[in-house]
Amino acid sequence: MRLLGDPQVSTLQKPNGPAPLDGPVPFLSKLHEWVATTDHKKLGMMYVTCGIVYLIIAGLEASMMRWQLAWPGQTILSPEEFNRLFTMHGTTMVFFVGMPVLFGTANFLIPLMIGARDLAFPRLNAFGFWLFLFGSFLLYFSYFGGQGLYGMGSAPDVGWFAYAPLTERTFSRGHSTDYWILGIFVASIGSTLTAINLIATMLGMRCKGMTLMKMPLLAWMMLVDCFLVVVALPPLAAAQIMLIFDRLLGAHFFDAQAGGSALLWQNMFWFFGHPEVYILILPGFAFVSEIIPVFSRKVIFGYPLMVAASVAIGFISLGVWAHHMFAVGLSPMLNAIFMGSTMLVGVPTGIKMFNWSATMIGGKIRFDTPMLFSTGFLCQFLLAGLTGIWLATVPFDWAVSDSYFVVGHFHYVLFGGLLFAIFAAIFYWFPKATGRMLNETLGKWQFWILIVGFNLTFGPMHVSGMLGMPRRIYTYEADRGWELWNLLSSIGVVVQIVGFALFALNLLHSSFKGRRAGDDPWDAWTLEWSTTSPPPAYNFAEEPVVYSRRPLWDIKHPEDPDWKYE
Amino acid sequence: MVDLGSLIWHASMSMLTTAAPVCEPAGTIQPSMFNPAGAPAATILGITWLLFVITGAIAIVVLSLIAYAAIRCRRKDGDDLEPAQVYGSNPIELAWTVIPLLIVFLLFMISARGIFDLERTTPPEGSLEVSVTGHRWWWEFDYGDLGIVTAGELHVPIDDGKPADLFLTLHSADVAHSFWVPQLGGKMDVIPDRINHLWLQANAPATYVGQCAEYCGTQHAKMLIRVVVEPRADFEAWVANQQKDAVAADAAVKEGHDLFLRTSCINCHTVRGTVANGSFAPDLTHIMSRDTIGSGAAPNNPKTLRQWVFDPQNIKPGCDMPSMKLSRHEVDLVCAYLETLK
Ligand code: HEC
Ligand code: HEM
Ligand SMILES: [Cu+2]
Ligand SMILES: [Cu+2]
Repeated sequence: MRLLGDPQVSTLQKPNGPAPLDGPVPFLSKLHEWVATTDHKKLGMMYVTCGIVYLIIAGLEASMMRWQLAWPGQTILSPEEFNRLFTMHGTTMVFFVGMPVLFGTANFLIPLMIGARDLAFPRLNAFGFWLFLFGSFLLYFSYFGGQGLYGMGSAPDVGWFAYAPLTERTFSRGHSTDYWILGIFVASIGSTLTAINLIATMLGMRCKGMTLMKMPLLAWMMLVDCFLVVVALPPLAAAQIMLIFDRLLGAHFFDAQAGGSALLWQNMFWFFGHPEVYILILPGFAFVSEIIPVFSRKVIFGYPLMVAASVAIGFISLGVWAHHMFAVGLSPMLNAIFMGSTMLVGVPTGIKMFNWSATMIGGKIRFDTPMLFSTGFLCQFLLAGLTGIWLATVPFDWAVSDSYFVVGHFHYVLFGGLLFAIFAAIFYWFPKATGRMLNETLGKWQFWILIVGFNLTFGPMHVSGMLGMPRRIYTYEADRGWELWNLLSSIGVVVQIVGFALFALNLLHSSFKGRRAGDDPWDAWTLEWSTTSPPPAYNFAEEPVVYSRRPLWDIKHPEDPDWKYE
Repeated sequence: MVDLGSLIWHASMSMLTTAAPVCEPAGTIQPSMFNPAGAPAATILGITWLLFVITGAIAIVVLSLIAYAAIRCRRKDGDDLEPAQVYGSNPIELAWTVIPLLIVFLLFMISARGIFDLERTTPPEGSLEVSVTGHRWWWEFDYGDLGIVTAGELHVPIDDGKPADLFLTLHSADVAHSFWVPQLGGKMDVIPDRINHLWLQANAPATYVGQCAEYCGTQHAKMLIRVVVEPRADFEAWVANQQKDAVAADAAVKEGHDLFLRTSCINCHTVRGTVANGSFAPDLTHIMSRDTIGSGAAPNNPKTLRQWVFDPQNIKPGCDMPSMKLSRHEVDLVCAYLETLK
């Protein structure tokens, strides 16, 4: 495989596999190895594992909500319990599922894909992970410690965007909201540090020959993503500090009764909150941008335009936050401006859709599980993007904002889009991380069951929203015309649970008994597939040299290498 | 085109959604945006159909591309040759940058008109002006010059052959709420340090329902709104009645009247014409003229009224009225008095 002497072909050398071990490793030293590690691959896998655990927890929280809402007027949950559930579900999904999967995959993949030995600051990286984990513990500890005053609540019940002044001491007694603030605050410091770390890695540690325009698309999208994190998370942290000043030190930033401003919180939160949505979905884009070409056996269509579109999305998404505030009574001019900027973000996103489709057309597609999930992503994210254009249209937003239509829309983004892409990524890179394949048959069953379950759960929500059902209500009356749609949604959850169970089974089984993967099971083209599965400490025996965006293609096709065309 | 789309969608929607029996008093309609009852809601629905058609077309194009690739561009068994590598194409990529830009521009122009048409800060001529205050978790309606303050239900007069305009000024007494009656128009948030306005319109007498749309705490789900649009004569009779002070208690309910005034009910509630002048909770001067109590949490009948006064936490758990710990007998007495407040 190594073609020395020809300078125009990437030089890659396989490192030796992990050193053979003498006898079984005692549990304690194993534990110590993981807890004290600064290895980007171990940290990456820990992030993703935590993300999956929280996905299951938050999914169960959501299932309880859907159980309550399956029929009108049910009393399985009290209003307080329901309100805590959607707050914890939303907060967990955003901060403790989406974010760790982002940083976990970036951690694991970026050094491998750009031919580096680790992140720029490995110990900072470990610090970021532990901040994230303890932040999440802080949030969930509220279930035990949030009591504060007797009867004043346990977990926070203020919704994931925690609008002021509902979060002020007057309306949110006890300490539940303090836990919400601190948990996210701590985790977001970790996220900001890790993002800086990743930026430094991508800008400073690319292997020889890898100019910025030769980076894999995944790296580009993660780069944009990390910049967004660095710009968007600090305003949230600032807002949270102000809020905790209000709550604990008697300041009045958001206390409308005492001259503070409720809208100030909304502006600060959404200045973070909208970019956050893109922070969550960009990794999804990144995964499918790697997977679709490999399984279509074709180079990505229009790489430079894809890069440009990602950068454009990054910039535009910083200027659209007030579309979450169309109903607060902004002037018509402001509303129109933010409508325009929001619609504009649809253009680069549309470009990506077209480029992915064009990559598939004319290819020779293999529908293995990663490709199935990527295709699911394309179709469902398309629908999410289109209902996003609806919501950007201010008059329509006045009709459905804060209704179940919005819940339907953002689950098409986050579940139909992001989560499907995450499944694609797990099926695609699991062999690299563990050396074993996930079971394809189980994977395909999981895909089709989730397609049905997902669409059955979240499709009808668009309808119930347009029929006037607000979000965040713990019950509703029978005469409003919402019964059928809610029942369908809840049945969909039952179907989903089967899909998730298959996935859990597959993960457990394949981790120990899965078929051996080999180094390059998908016949892929980026650098991570040139090293062993799992990769050894420090990844590469010697620094790779690349001449194109697909170094392994060059090696596999010396007669027709990429660098001739780029 | 818009009308055709509306027709098809509407027919299929109504087939599916009117299956639920309507057990409200005749004339109450479900809060669907597909059933607009005035200009603002109709404008919104028109824009919705436009969006449906345009984005529907986009969806069909892209989904067909994907379907084509998924069906026609599969690898055949044993075919190990790599396909032709296409790195991109400037004209094609330019096309799918420029065409979406044009579509966005078109949509923007149409919807911007909608914004400027619907968002009003001055009342249209001849509209009823009401000042609305959102409380946790009920609505207060102040009719200004008419000298009426009520809760939960908003009455609006309508003249024959003319739509009734309603112009609301929105305040909040505590946290953020949102006023939403889908058939009459869009929603508008109700924010404590801000005064907002909302223009609604109804073109037929009926009871329109809606509810608070911004999460405001425990009982956000039961912060319902009823807008009763009625012929002007009925409205005027209603106004005349509401303007009166509460009737003097006659001998039969004297005991309940005294008990009510002795209990701390009066710190929270007002009954005009008595010493009860609390402003924390709904005005009870004409409580019996309302169809529901607790901002729509329960229908207003002797049974639910007694349940409510005995312990509101059973009907609306978490609401801001505590159980007053009255005995069953005392509840009966108080409610007998309340029932005279027509
Ligand atoms: C601490 C203040 C407080 C006291 C004391 C109180 N109430 Fe209330 N009451 C409320 C509040 C707040 C509501 C509105 C609850 C809601 O809809 O969420 C209410 C609602 C009601 C309603 C329904 C009104 C409507 O139009 O929906 C009735 C009837 C009522 N109270 C009767 C009484 C009686 C009788 C007493 C005395 C035995 C009493 N209240 C004592 C606060 C109070
Ligand atoms: C596992 C299947 C899921 C189900 C059944 C589900 C269900 C729900 C429901 C019913 C609500 C609305 C609660 C309400 O308004 O009353 C909700 C809210 C939410 N969901 Fe999910 N969801 C799922 C997965 C996800 C995923 C994967 C994400 C993101 C990665 C997500 C993010 C959110 C967010 C951010 C909210 C808003 C919470 C709030 O209103 O404060 N959900 N979900
Ligand atoms: Cu947004
Ligand atoms: Cu509310």
